Amino acid sequence: MKREDNDGNGEMKGSKPDRGRVEVAVEECKGCGLCVEACPVGVMRLGEGFNSHGYHPAEYTGTGCTGCGVCFFACPEPGAITVLRLTMNR
Amino acid sequence: MARELIKGNEAIVKAALLAGCRSFYGYPITPASEIAEAAARYFPLAGGTFLQAESEIASINMVYGAAATGERTMTASSGPGMSLMQEGISYLAGAELPCVIADITRGGPGLGNIAPEQGDYHQIVKGGGHGNYRTIVYAPNSGQEMCDLTMLAFEVADRYRNPVVLMTDGAIGQMMEPVDFPALAVEAPVKSWAVRGNAETRGNLISSFHMLPEELERHERHLEEKYAAACRELVRWESWQTEDAGIVVIGYGIVSRILRTAIGRVREMGIRAGLLRPITLWPFPEEEIKRLAERVNGFLVVEMSNGQMVDDVRLAVGGRPPVEFYGRVGGTIPTTGELVDRIVRMSEVSHVRQSI
Amino acid sequence: MYVKAYERPQSLYREFERKAEDRRSTHYCPGCGHGNLHKYIAEAIDELGVQDRTIFISPVGCSVYGYQYFDVGNIQVAHGRAPAVATAMKRALPESLVVSYQGDGDLAAIGGNEIMHAANRGENLTVFFINNAIYGMTGGQMAPTTLLGQKTATTPFGRVLQSEGYPLRVGELLASLEGPSYIERVALYDTASRMKARRAVHKALKNQIEGRGFSLVEVLSPCPTGWGLSPNEACDWVREQLLPVYPLGVLRDQSEHREGWVRRRAIVTPAEIPHVLGLRETAETVTVPNRERISGANLHPRIKIAGFGGQGVLFLGKILAEAGMHEGWHVSWFPSYGPEMRGGTANCHVSLSDQPIGSPIVSDPTLLIALNRPSLERFEAEVVSGGTIIYDCSLIDVAPARPDIDAIALPATTLATDAGNARVANVVALGACLAKMGMLNREAVTHMLDDLSREKGKQEVNGRAFEAGYRFVLDSPG
Repeated sequence: MKREDNDGNGEMKGSKPDRGRVEVAVEECKGCGLCVEACPVGVMRLGEGFNSHGYHPAEYTGTGCTGCGVCFFACPEPGAITVLRLTMNR
Repeated sequence: MARELIKGNEAIVKAALLAGCRSFYGYPITPASEIAEAAARYFPLAGGTFLQAESEIASINMVYGAAATGERTMTASSGPGMSLMQEGISYLAGAELPCVIADITRGGPGLGNIAPEQGDYHQIVKGGGHGNYRTIVYAPNSGQEMCDLTMLAFEVADRYRNPVVLMTDGAIGQMMEPVDFPALAVEAPVKSWAVRGNAETRGNLISSFHMLPEELERHERHLEEKYAAACRELVRWESWQTEDAGIVVIGYGIVSRILRTAIGRVREMGIRAGLLRPITLWPFPEEEIKRLAERVNGFLVVEMSNGQMVDDVRLAVGGRPPVEFYGRVGGTIPTTGELVDRIVRMSEVSHVRQSI
Repeated sequence: MYVKAYERPQSLYREFERKAEDRRSTHYCPGCGHGNLHKYIAEAIDELGVQDRTIFISPVGCSVYGYQYFDVGNIQVAHGRAPAVATAMKRALPESLVVSYQGDGDLAAIGGNEIMHAANRGENLTVFFINNAIYGMTGGQMAPTTLLGQKTATTPFGRVLQSEGYPLRVGELLASLEGPSYIERVALYDTASRMKARRAVHKALKNQIEGRGFSLVEVLSPCPTGWGLSPNEACDWVREQLLPVYPLGVLRDQSEHREGWVRRRAIVTPAEIPHVLGLRETAETVTVPNRERISGANLHPRIKIAGFGGQGVLFLGKILAEAGMHEGWHVSWFPSYGPEMRGGTANCHVSLSDQPIGSPIVSDPTLLIALNRPSLERFEAEVVSGGTIIYDCSLIDVAPARPDIDAIALPATTLATDAGNARVANVVALGACLAKMGMLNREAVTHMLDDLSREKGKQEVNGRAFEAGYRFVLDSPG
């Protein structure tokens, strides 16, 4: 799953950028893992670190997101996950 | 002014609408059913809502909802139905929602009967629900007071953001007397705290829930301040011939009407008796009773119960002079002659007789 | 450029300021379905553009804190009573969007009656019913929806059919009523089920906005903590255990046929209220009773009127009281009531006086009108010495025994029959009573009778009956 050519912004060097991106609000995540299970392209995972509540917050692996929003709807917290989409309008 | 010969129960409904009340939620029960029946007839015509609820529990919670929208609202019931409403009344008091509840009392405990008893005093005046709260209680004793105190109850409920109970017995509810209704209806006030489903009230919350002990304590202290203000501002009573009285007889509701006739008769016999009628049962006219206790020789409390209000009289009197009690239960109404005899007998007891 | 495509809905607060601590995340356990449903509801409120109009009702249960999250009008209510509260709020504010959010203990156990009747009335409301087969807030006790064999804090050996009965299928139960418009059961265990849930939530809210009546969405929702499972295991449990007992799908949908299901009130101004109540302005100057005309009459008559039900006993009393009031007397009317009421007899007490009336209860009448024998026998002894008894001697074959009273044997039923109808014996008695009392104006009373019966024929019968009774007393010796 790890992609070495990831620049951390979902925009891969020298190839087509990802259609979407996921932002996780670390302090709002309870580490339930539902987003990890739900993600159809498998780009979510639980992080190794802890947040201040003692949960392992979910994180975006950094590449491959399609912006489908499934993780957002699987997540029970109102603001823990935000899904972004690439637009062509500049 | 518009005069009408009308049942006490129906007078409540007309007065409520004149006071700007726009919804009635209730469940039938004798001897309060005429209130729901009259409400069913008049509330829709007056641009309001009447709904026969599935239970008294639903009724009082509908009142909770209506009150939360800021409209003036009411329900009515009798003993057993009032018992079912107690949880809801506690919520209303906790959430500081104003409403008016008419309790037309009947016989108990259990199914008891439908006759006029005054056994609801404890559950209404002392707060039959859970928690540290108070309901303001008016005790009308005539058709005219059914109108006047109903209208006042709505105003007081809004002013204190608290449930107000009109408690009277089936006799006052069932009888007809001439009532002068005001010719103009009141426009109900707009309440900024209400939840009205609009942008202005979107941030509002109606709740009796305070999870943190410190927060709940703060809330309860606030309620206490309100209740203390009610004690200063709302106490009402009627005194009749107490100025020179050696015996002061205390009764409310239908009992006070019979006592008035009885006292008139004993006065003709040369016995100096007077009548003190609490109009508010909470706050209770304890200061007036204390004042009288300093100079009268004895009190006689008459209730159609086994002695409930008498506890409050004894607390106010504080030991001296003696407080005697006469009660009828089961829905029997004491006759004038019976009360005359009781007062005469008390006047013959030596310690009371001294200065009569 | 990346733009936000899915983010926290507007209708949920950005920060939970009503929350005591940690104002960023909810109080729900990891993996709990409540949060998902909150998001879907808020998302639909946003899409429908009704945030300002929405009122969210927080129940008692895990979602008791709903008001901490929804940036709408909020109210917290007693356990199970949300449908009753919602009913009244919606009736008062037909333009608002009232949302009742309830768990399985709240809705299906303690609030079973309220939800059934709100549904049956077809209240234009939206109810979200979280079914997770357990009591979460109180610590994992049995719910009405708990599965057979399921272990909970109060079914430590599993729910037993013979003791706790079957799991309650609320959706099906309510769908059997005619009242509800739309009922669907959805679940939260995978992406497809979550998307269906979102659509059902949207529809249930839209229905209310469009006035289509009562909508309820039952949501099978994971409770990892209550079930002792991990969040993902809990999702599997919903699919494997709950679904067979609670099948998903639309259980009832009348939405298309339910337009205009809005209960609006008539618009009535305060100025119109007295008219609506039938109140007629009366002169401020109260008529003073004409005492000269009635010199010699008893100025404080206490009258008891008694007979069997259907003889018009209460009516007779009302006419007397009403006439007295119009002539400026203090009056009271008290019906047979409570222990007085037995064996089909009826009686009422009427007092008139130039002084305020003390007791409205007449225990020692100055005038007794007895229209049947039991009434005479029962009340004769009560009459004061020197008082009067008028009794219908066409029906009562005994005479009063007391020598110290004035007994008037009035053949009321016979005179009524002569007047045209045996049923107006009470009007004959009224005439007799008026003649005996001498303090009320007879024309005023006959006008009142005319007002009460609009039919010309009846008016004439009443008039003749009244005159017969009146003349009978005047013509009697003594």
